[in-house]
Amino acid sequence: MESLSPNQRAWRRFKQNRPAVVSLWFVGVLGLFVLLWPLFSRPAFANILPIGLTHSAVKGSDAQYSPPTLTHWFGTDIHGRDQLSRIMSGARVSILVGIVGALVSLVIGVLWGAIAGYVGGWWDGAMMRFVDILYSLPSIVFVIVLITTLEELAKGWLTQKLGANVAQYCRMLFLFVGIGAVSWLTMARIVRGQVLTLKNRNFVDASRSLGAGHTRILFRHILPNVIGIIIVYITLTVPSVILYESFLSYLGLGIQPPFASWGSLIAEGAGQLNPVRVYWWLIVYPAVTLVTTLLALNFFGDGLRDAFDPRG
Amino acid sequence: MYFLRRIAFLVPLLLIISFLAFMLVRVAPGGPFDKERAPASPEIEANIKKKYHLDKPLLTQYGIYLKNLLQGDFGPSLKYRNHSVNDIIAQGLPVSLTLGVLAFLLAQGFGIPLGFLTAVKKGGILDYGGSFIALLAICIPGFVIGPLLVLVFSIKLGWFPVGMWETPMHAVLPTLALGLYFGGKVARLMREGMLGTLNSEFITTARAKGLSETQVLVKHAFRIAVLPVVSYSGPLLADLLVGSFVVENIFRVPGIGVFLVNSSLNRDYTMVVGLVLLYAVLLLVLNLLVDLAYSMLDRRVKME
Amino acid sequence: MAFVTASLKQANWIRRWAVAACAVLAIWATGCGHKEERADLVIMNGAEPESLDPTIVTGQPDGRVAGALFEGLTRFNPKNAKPIPGLAERWDISEDGQTYTFHLRPNIVWSTGEPITADDVVYSWRRALDPLTASDYAGQLYYIKNGENFNTGKTNAATGNRYVKEDVGVEAIDPRTVKVLLEGPTPFFLDLCAFRTLAIVPRQAIEKHGDRWLMERPMPTSGPYTLEFWRIHDRIRVRKNPRYWDAANIQNELIDLLPAESANTALNLYLSGEADVIWDKNLVPSELMDVLKGRPYVHTYDYLGTYFVRFNITRKPFDDVRVRKALSLVLDKKRIVERITRSGEKIATCLTPPGMEGYTSPEGLGYDPEQARKLLAEAGYPGGKGFPTFNYLFNTSEMHKQVAVELQEMWKKELGINMELRQTEWKVYLSSQSQLDYDTTRSSWIGDYVDPNTFLDMFMSGNGNNRTGWKNPKYDDLIRQANQERDPVKRAKILYDAEVLLVREDPPIAPLFFYIGVNIFDPAKVEGVHQNLLDEHPLWPLKRKDGRTAAKAAAAK
Repeated sequence: MESLSPNQRAWRRFKQNRPAVVSLWFVGVLGLFVLLWPLFSRPAFANILPIGLTHSAVKGSDAQYSPPTLTHWFGTDIHGRDQLSRIMSGARVSILVGIVGALVSLVIGVLWGAIAGYVGGWWDGAMMRFVDILYSLPSIVFVIVLITTLEELAKGWLTQKLGANVAQYCRMLFLFVGIGAVSWLTMARIVRGQVLTLKNRNFVDASRSLGAGHTRILFRHILPNVIGIIIVYITLTVPSVILYESFLSYLGLGIQPPFASWGSLIAEGAGQLNPVRVYWWLIVYPAVTLVTTLLALNFFGDGLRDAFDPRG
Repeated sequence: MYFLRRIAFLVPLLLIISFLAFMLVRVAPGGPFDKERAPASPEIEANIKKKYHLDKPLLTQYGIYLKNLLQGDFGPSLKYRNHSVNDIIAQGLPVSLTLGVLAFLLAQGFGIPLGFLTAVKKGGILDYGGSFIALLAICIPGFVIGPLLVLVFSIKLGWFPVGMWETPMHAVLPTLALGLYFGGKVARLMREGMLGTLNSEFITTARAKGLSETQVLVKHAFRIAVLPVVSYSGPLLADLLVGSFVVENIFRVPGIGVFLVNSSLNRDYTMVVGLVLLYAVLLLVLNLLVDLAYSMLDRRVKME
Repeated sequence: MAFVTASLKQANWIRRWAVAACAVLAIWATGCGHKEERADLVIMNGAEPESLDPTIVTGQPDGRVAGALFEGLTRFNPKNAKPIPGLAERWDISEDGQTYTFHLRPNIVWSTGEPITADDVVYSWRRALDPLTASDYAGQLYYIKNGENFNTGKTNAATGNRYVKEDVGVEAIDPRTVKVLLEGPTPFFLDLCAFRTLAIVPRQAIEKHGDRWLMERPMPTSGPYTLEFWRIHDRIRVRKNPRYWDAANIQNELIDLLPAESANTALNLYLSGEADVIWDKNLVPSELMDVLKGRPYVHTYDYLGTYFVRFNITRKPFDDVRVRKALSLVLDKKRIVERITRSGEKIATCLTPPGMEGYTSPEGLGYDPEQARKLLAEAGYPGGKGFPTFNYLFNTSEMHKQVAVELQEMWKKELGINMELRQTEWKVYLSSQSQLDYDTTRSSWIGDYVDPNTFLDMFMSGNGNNRTGWKNPKYDDLIRQANQERDPVKRAKILYDAEVLLVREDPPIAPLFFYIGVNIFDPAKVEGVHQNLLDEHPLWPLKRKDGRTAAKAAAAK
C-alpha cells in the first residue's frame, strides 16, 4: 500500500463522493461565468458570443417584461433589463455576502465558542453573556443605525481617500459589517456546547496527561471533532445571510439599486406571486439559481466534511 | 449553584441591554415625529417632544424610562399615540406566542425525524431526497413560500383562508410558512449530530454489548445527537415567539413581529426598547433552560 | 418477561405521543383568535392608524376612521368633497370675510346622550391649538385669530402676557351659536371646518382619561359611528351611532376597517371575499394595474395628488436655474406613466392638479431635449462634461425605485450626466429632505382641501414643507396677496402668476404626473363608495346591496 499524506487521503475520499464532485464542478463553472461576465459585453466578445450573453445588467431597453426569448434567455424586467445579466451581476453580491458571513462565523464564532467552552469558569460566563447581549439587540436596529449614521461619514472619507468609484461600494461594506456582526453568535453557542461535552472525554484527558499544551489540545484534539457541526452550521449560515440581505433590500437597507443581488431579485419577483397575473420568469430564474447554488454548496460541504472528519 | 448565578445575572444583563437599545435607537437619524408634512411651525414639534420628554438630556430620559419600567410600565408608544407599549404587547404577544409555539413544534416535529432518518440512511436515496427537502426549506425565503402557499392552498384549492387570525384553520398556512424554514435547519443539525454520534466510540461499545440496532439508535445515539438541536432551540424558540415580520405581514396576523421591525424603522423609541427587553428576557431564560437541558442530557449519558 | 416490558414501553411511547398531539391541538384550537360576527362591510383601509383622535391624526387611513367617529361644523359631501352642513346647520359670514357665525343644529347629542353645545366646539378648537395637545396639524387652525400665537407660545406685545387659550378667536355666544374671528379672509375656511383637526371631540372623556381616552368605554362620539373596538394590526370595528343627527341616512350597522401593509394580501382578501372594499391606493399593487384596470371591480379617478422631483437649490449646480430647467426638460413623463405607474395617470407639467373649480394651472416645462442640451451648455456643462455625479433620494418602495431607474437613464441618455440612486428607509428620507441633505429627491403632495393654496403655499420661503431651499420674494408676495383677495377671479389670476414662477420661470421642482385614485369594490354588491378629488370616503353612505340593511339589523335585535 502506497503511503499518502492525510490531505491526499482526504482528496481521494472526496473524489469518490459523486454529488460532491458534481457540486464542485457546478460551483466552479458558475464562479467562472460570474467572473467573466463583465467581459462578454465588450465588443471583442460581443461579436462572437450569442446575443443572449452580451446584455448589460443596468441598461434598460424597450423590451419591457419580455418572456424568455433567444435575445433574452431569462426574459426582461419592468425596465426592459436583461434578467440573465442581472442574475449574473447579482451573483457577485450574494456570493460575497455568503463568504463574509461564513468567514466571520468561522473565525470569530468558532474561536469565541471554543475558547469560552474550553477555558470555562468566569471567562466562559463573561464571553457567553456578551454573546447574549449582542443576540438580544435585534440585528435590524443595529443594521439601521450602522448604515444610516456611519455610511455618510464613511462615504465622504472614502471619496476623499480612494475616489468616488470605491465609495459607491460603501453600502456593501456596511452591509458586510452588519451581517458579519450577527452571523457568528449562534455558531459560538453551538461550538461552546460541543467543546464542553468533549473537553472531559478520555482522549482529551489522555493527551493532557501526555503534556500537550492547551492550544494543541484545542486545535488538534477538540476542534477536529467539532469540524462536522462547524461545516454544517456554515452551510446553514450562508443561505441565512444571503436571505437576510434580501430582507434588508426589501426594507431599503440592502444593496442600492440599480445594482442587484439574488436576494433583491427574489424580493422583487415575490410580487409576481399573485392571482392576477404572473411574470413567472422574474421569480423562477432567480429562485432556481439561488436554490441550486446553495444546494451545490451544501453537497460540497458534506463531501468536505466526510473527507476530512477524522471519525469518518 | 451555576444556574442560580446565571439567574442573578439576568438583572444586570437586562439593564445593560435596555441601556444599549435605548441609546442605539436614538443614534439613528430622524425621530419618531418626523412626518411627510412638516408642522406649520417649529414650535409644534417642540410641543410634541416636550410632551414625551424628548427635550431632556438622554440620561435623564433613560432615568425616567427606568423609573416607569420599575412600575411595570413600558411607556406610551410614540407612533401609536393612543396606545401604550403595554397595550400593544398585551394584544399582540398571545398571538405571536401561539403561532411561535405551533411553528416550533412543526419545526422540531418535521426536522428531528427527517434529520434522524437521513443520517441513519446516509448515502442512500432517502438521504439525498430528505436532505434535498430540508435544504429547499432553508433556501426559499418566507416572502416566497408565504405567497406560494396562499396561491396554491387558498386561492386555487380553497382549503384555507388567505389571511387574518380567527379560527384554527387560519393558523395552518402561517405555521407552515414559519415552521418549514426552521424545520429544515433542525433537520440539518440533527443529521449532523447523529452522524457524529454514530461514529463515536460509545456507540461501538453499545453495539458490541449486543443491543438491538433500534435500541442503539433511539436510546443511546439520539440523546447525544440531539444536543446541537437543543443548543439551537433556545434562540430558535425566542425568535419564533416574538413573531415574524414577513409571515405576519403576508397573512395579516396581528402579532408583535411586525412591530419589532417597524418600530425601529419608525423610531418608536419606547416600543423598540420594550420589545428588545421582551425578546431579551425570553432569549436569556430560554438559553438558561437550554443549558440546563444540555447538562442533564449529557450527565445521564455519562452515568450510563 | 421481555415481551411484557416491550409492550409496556410501546404503550409508554404511544401515551407520550398522544399527550403531545393533544397539546398541539389544544394550542392550535385555543390560541387562535375567535371568529367575530361578520360586519356589514369589511374595508381594507390602509396602514394601521397611528391614532383615532381627530386632533392628532395626520394620515389618510387614520383620518377616514376619525372622521366616521367625530364630525365638524361642516362635513364633506361624499360625491364631490365640498363642505356641506355638519353639526352646524347654517352660518353667516361677515362682509369682510373675517367673521363666521355658526348655528348648531338643535338636536345634536353625543353618542352617550349629552347634548353637544357651542362650548364643546370652543373646547375642541382650543384643545387642537393647545401646545400640550401637541397636534401636528395645529397649523390648520392658524387662520383663526391668535391661533398661531397661542399654539407657538408668543407674547402679546400690548399686554406683555403670553397668549392664552381665551385669546383664540372662537367663542360661544349661546349654547347653539359659535362666533369665529379669522386673521384674514380665508376663502377655504368652510372646507377646513370639515377637516379632522377641527372636529368636535368629547371634553368629558378626554379630561377624565388623558391620552388613552379612545380606549376607555363609554367613548362619546359626535359623528355617525361609535367605536366598537380597536385591535391594533387586526381591525377597527365601528357601529352606527343611533343618536347621530342624520342617523336615518346611515346605510349600514357594523363596519370593519382592516389595516394591511401588503398590497398583494389586500387583493387576496378581496378576491376571496373576506373584504368588500379596498380604498387605499397603497393597497393596490401598481404592477398589476394594467390588468386590473379592465376589471369591473376596479375604479380609477382623479384626485389631488402630484408626484414631482425636488431640486436642492442650496447645492451646486442646482442653484443655476438653467440646470434645473435642463433636467426637467428631458423627462419623458409619458414613458414613466405608460411603463411604470400604468394606472392611467396624467402627466404633469405644473404642481396643482386639474379639477380645482375656478382655477386652471399654467403650462409648465414640457419635453424638449434639444432646448435642454442648449441650457446645460449655457450653464457650462456642454454634453454633460464637468457635471458632477449627483444623487436622487427616495424612500424604499418598488414604484419609487422604478421611477428613479427611469430618471437615471433619461438624464444619462439625453444630457450625459450621472445620477446615483440613494434609496433610504422612510425616516432617513424625511430627515435628509428637511435638512436639505440631498441633490435631487422624489416628492409628492396630496391636497388637504380643494383649493390651489393647499399646493402652492408649500413653496413659500419659511414653509416647513418647502424643503428645496428655494426662496422667491415675488412668489411669497403673490401667495400672501392671493389669500387677502376676496374676488375669486382676481385671486385665481394671482395664484396662476405664482405657479408660473414655480413651474416655468424659476422652477425648484420638476412635476412628473398626477396621482390617480383607485378603489376596488363590486358595484353590484356595494354602493355608496364615491370617488372625489380629496380621496375622501365617508362611511355613512356605504351600503351592501345583498347584505342586511340597518333596518334588518335592528329587527334582528
